[in-house]
Amino acid sequence: MSREITITAFKYNPSDKNSKPTFAEYKLTETPGMTLYIALTKIKATIDHDLSSDFVCRAGICGACGMIINGKPRLACKTLTSEFKDGKIELLPLPTFKLIKDLSVDTGSWMKNMSIRVQSWIEAHEQTDITKIEKRVEPEVAQEVFELDRCIECGLCVAACSTAIMRKDFVGAVGLNRVARFQIDPHDKRTDSDFYEIIGDDEGIFGCMSLLACEDHCPKNLPLQSKIAYMRRKMVKA
Amino acid sequence: MVIDCLMLRDNIVESILGKTTQKRKSRIPAKLDFLQSATGLILSIFITLHLLFEASIIFGKDSMYAITKMFELDFFIEGGSPIFVSILAFIIFAIFILHALLAIRKFPRSYREYLRLRTHAELMRHSDTNLWIIQITTGFILLFLGSIHLYTMLTQPANIGPFASSDRVYSDMFWPLYLMLLISVVLHAGAGVYRLIIKWGWFDGKKPKENRLKNRKIVKIVTVIYLIIGLFSLITYIKIGYEHQNSYGERYKVTSK
Repeated sequence: MSREITITAFKYNPSDKNSKPTFAEYKLTETPGMTLYIALTKIKATIDHDLSSDFVCRAGICGACGMIINGKPRLACKTLTSEFKDGKIELLPLPTFKLIKDLSVDTGSWMKNMSIRVQSWIEAHEQTDITKIEKRVEPEVAQEVFELDRCIECGLCVAACSTAIMRKDFVGAVGLNRVARFQIDPHDKRTDSDFYEIIGDDEGIFGCMSLLACEDHCPKNLPLQSKIAYMRRKMVKA
Repeated sequence: MVIDCLMLRDNIVESILGKTTQKRKSRIPAKLDFLQSATGLILSIFITLHLLFEASIIFGKDSMYAITKMFELDFFIEGGSPIFVSILAFIIFAIFILHALLAIRKFPRSYREYLRLRTHAELMRHSDTNLWIIQITTGFILLFLGSIHLYTMLTQPANIGPFASSDRVYSDMFWPLYLMLLISVVLHAGAGVYRLIIKWGWFDGKKPKENRLKNRKIVKIVTVIYLIIGLFSLITYIKIGYEHQNSYGERYKVTSK
């Protein structure tokens, strides 16, 4: 039997001088298999056309629909409304990112800056000769790199992080994961000393307090716990 | 002003560029991070042993007296000397101050940071984040209570023993301080050791997620055991102090050899 659920959403438009931060309440009938993405779409189509929230893929791949759902950073498209037994759901925008409007934040600029900051690219230090067969990479190593490459840059790890919440210059688990990805990749010829130049400070690896909210809220279950510890061990010796 | 000190020049360059004169990032943050963990580990090992030695009172006054004399190195010097307790207290005090100095860097340092952290923790209800709130709260308490205790041990090393300690606990009204100190130090050390395990990936093994839960459980059990041992020995000191209040100041003499 379908039930009525109550969704409370933060509403504010920073670019509108007359806008004031409020919490809007919406009541709607839950449908079987309803995700929060579906619920928000329904609200926007039938109750409040002005409500803003982001989405692209609807399948937990693009990472656009990250928000705070009943206190926890999660993806709206991967969250079933049926999880909340009392039928009450409160939605907030992700902290640490620039608020665009209501539940919509600008994770894109943050991620772009992070990518530039951690030099998120292969440094091969040599010209690739395409007439020759590529150097062999052990399947286990390749698998480890692919595993870290699964990050969708949704920003949930940053929003869950106490250091990032307090200090806006912190690189976040997403940045540390990215550095680990290149550190492991045998195509990248940078040394640990080179990586130290990127993350060897309190805004980098040494700012991480190992509270693991990143690991516990990552929608892709990335091995952040072990990879951040791995990078810390490497950087202390670099 | 002429800059005639080479070190000052190096510091000026690093302040301006964020890099050393060799155009490299300073290795100091790495050393500070390592030192924070190392000092925390040393203090945790110290407190686990301290609480056990102190709990010798549960097995009787003679046991506690023997431990006291052992720390005064009576096996080395005839009758022992309290100066060795002072030296140990001084070393621990120095490590304690260094650890506090390093760890305090992580505390929220403005109203905005405090507000954001508190709201974040209240909203998220995440166990390890809440554990860290306990860690910084007990750490802050320890700054004061730990200092009082360490200064007392540093300056009055001779006042340790079955009667001397019990008199301090009961007649000198140290028991409320020791009660708060005990709870704070055990929780802080427990949370700290768990954090160290995670931070450096000590027991990650092939299954870091499962091992994390296992390690958390073990640390939790050990913490509760230490709390019980600590509380039980404190109650014993209070009891002895209460019974000994009319003979305050009298020192213990071994009854059985």
